[in-house]
Amino acid sequence: MKIVLRNLKLVHPLQNFDDEMKDILIVDGVIEKIGSLTKQETDNAKELDFTGKVAAPGFFDMHVHLREPGREDEETVVTGCDASAAGGFTGIACMPNTEPAIDSAEVIELIKKKAKGHLVDVYPIAAATVNRKGEVISPMAELHEAGAVGFSDDGAPIKTASIVKRALEYSKMYNLPIIEHCEEETLAGGAMNESINSTLLGLTPIPSVAEDLIVMRDIMLAEYTGGKVHIAHISTKNAVELVRQAKHKGLNVTAEVTPHHFTLTDDSLKTYDTNYKMNPPLRTRADVDAILEGLKDGTIDCIASDHAPHSIEEKEAEFEYAPNGIIGLETQIGIAMTELYHKKILPFQIIVEKFAVNPRKILNLMVPLFQKGEKANLTILDPDEIWTVDISKFRSKSINSPFDKRLLTGKSVAVVNNKKMFYKNEMLEI
Amino acid sequence: MPLSSRHLLGLQGVPKEDIQLILDTATTFREVLERPVKKVPTLQGKTIVNLFYENSTRTRISFELAQKRLSADTVNFSISTSSVSKGETFKDTIRNIEAMKVDMVVVRHAAAGTPLYLTKLCDANIINAGDGIHEHPTQALLDIYSIHEKLGRLAGLKVCIVGDVAHSRVALSNIFGLKTMGAEVSVCGPSTMIPRQIEELGVKVYYNIDEAIQANDVLNVLRIQLERKAREYFPSLREYSNYFGITEERLEKNGKDILILHPGPINRGVEISSGVADGNRQIILQQVTNGVAVRMAVLYLLGTMN
Ligand SMILES: [Zn+2]
Ligand SMILES: [Zn+2]
Repeated sequence: MKIVLRNLKLVHPLQNFDDEMKDILIVDGVIEKIGSLTKQETDNAKELDFTGKVAAPGFFDMHVHLREPGREDEETVVTGCDASAAGGFTGIACMPNTEPAIDSAEVIELIKKKAKGHLVDVYPIAAATVNRKGEVISPMAELHEAGAVGFSDDGAPIKTASIVKRALEYSKMYNLPIIEHCEEETLAGGAMNESINSTLLGLTPIPSVAEDLIVMRDIMLAEYTGGKVHIAHISTKNAVELVRQAKHKGLNVTAEVTPHHFTLTDDSLKTYDTNYKMNPPLRTRADVDAILEGLKDGTIDCIASDHAPHSIEEKEAEFEYAPNGIIGLETQIGIAMTELYHKKILPFQIIVEKFAVNPRKILNLMVPLFQKGEKANLTILDPDEIWTVDISKFRSKSINSPFDKRLLTGKSVAVVNNKKMFYKNEMLEI
Repeated sequence: MPLSSRHLLGLQGVPKEDIQLILDTATTFREVLERPVKKVPTLQGKTIVNLFYENSTRTRISFELAQKRLSADTVNFSISTSSVSKGETFKDTIRNIEAMKVDMVVVRHAAAGTPLYLTKLCDANIINAGDGIHEHPTQALLDIYSIHEKLGRLAGLKVCIVGDVAHSRVALSNIFGLKTMGAEVSVCGPSTMIPRQIEELGVKVYYNIDEAIQANDVLNVLRIQLERKAREYFPSLREYSNYFGITEERLEKNGKDILILHPGPINRGVEISSGVADGNRQIILQQVTNGVAVRMAVLYLLGTMN
């Protein structure tokens, strides 16, 4: 099968393309030619025109919670993949806090089986410790062999420094990162960030230092062991500074940030809307400014959604009793484009780097290239499309998003991968 | 002139005119309470649900009495939190109550923000009877009423809230209400019990109780929660009462005529000595009486709005 994507501007952080519009010829899911095509080359090809749109290597979200196995009422592997494609992603890494946890080859096999044949590639992150209990490190060699791309007890940090040390030493054999949810346990457990707002709202506070302490602990252990630490959903000013210093020292430390943590502050909680309840919590303006600075100077490597589906029944509750987490797969490109690109925080190329290149590098995955013979794996964006978030149109099984009705500028219009194309709300075989 | 809101969720942002109206109306009802027949037909035909997710006999009885004095029909709905976890969701409970066609809901809940959530789930007037460590507006209104009744003014008065400010719904409501009425508000307690950045609310902080006594006209002494996690925030009850407890000696030493309030129930010998609790500077029992009048005022003003 032949398909021609016409008049695309190509942006690839690892390749140099000029601003001229180009055509891409894809045959059986593989890039056949880029540039101007002859009539003969495009014979019998399906043609799509993308004038004004930009093609980038397929975007990758390295922090997604699929709820399968365990809570298929909230999200399955397939609905999570559908949401990813609709949101502009061709690959995701899924977190292990399922029921049972991803701490055995069997669960990895199950997820891979469910994801098979989908446009979106799913890479499981396995638990760092058995059943995420923090007591014994998981069978990392076997998990790696089964396909795990990193290890994490996300939802919580790895409990003790001694286990983090061991996990880093062990995972180093396979060059896989330990991905940490940073929150010192004895300081954790509140409902929102500790600030004047937590006092005004009477909600139990989570101090920002709870995050800073674990970031510091893990950075020091990364230095000591030579292991690879990735800081998930960074949210505090001090944590950004700690990662910056670690990078200056040349340590194997990387970090991601969610769109909500670079967009919203704890001022949003005034309505007690549980869609603003997540962990780490929304912080202050000073934290958001530090995060934007960290995105600019490269301290923060990538953007990831921490897509965390929850049922309506659970989210529609008293604020303190509602679960943490929001979904983000279908809004994050729009938010990043609106808040980072159009507000001139980051140039487009750097946004592509943070969505498509850096997450794959952290997880040791190949970055898809735009050249003949490469598998076609790309995200096509309209940087200027103005659209309104509508949770009723989400492909995700859940709707717990604080961004409903938000006006955004910039959108993914199509994704291509695995001989499939998601375009205009339709999954096409190509 | 009616109140500017059809609910009483807290005192943050409530305009001065509203608070003044509640205080003035309470004075009228205070007189009713002195009559041989302490009942008026004002809320006849109105149905009020007292929805208590947390045990608080005093507050509930005060509200109930206020409702009876206004001739309203009252339903008590007490739910222990343990049965909630197994049983129906909060939303379903509210839907059920709403279906019974109630006019007002008085709600006490351990989770902050629940009264606001309630306004989105049903049409009744909502009165917050305490939500977590957030607000307890009628308690603050009765404190403010009692201070005014005793001292004849609020503007320019110096009022210090003493104790576990960080875990008190009474403190926050008092801070907002008193400041709106022109009082100068300070807090005093162990630093572990004073919220971070509280100064941003325009509140002075004392860590020395003698200084607080010297600088203020009124002390509102909060109850130390013996039964809760609050115990972890100071070394021992003995140390607390030695350094922050209000005793006669301490008041004498500072040679100050000062008004003492306490929202009750009191822990004698902890935050307040028996001598002070029974002495002539305190108005603890007047607060209880005024509580009924103030709650009558709130119920009346909200219940006759629509
Ligand atoms: Zn996490
Ligand atoms: Zn997560």
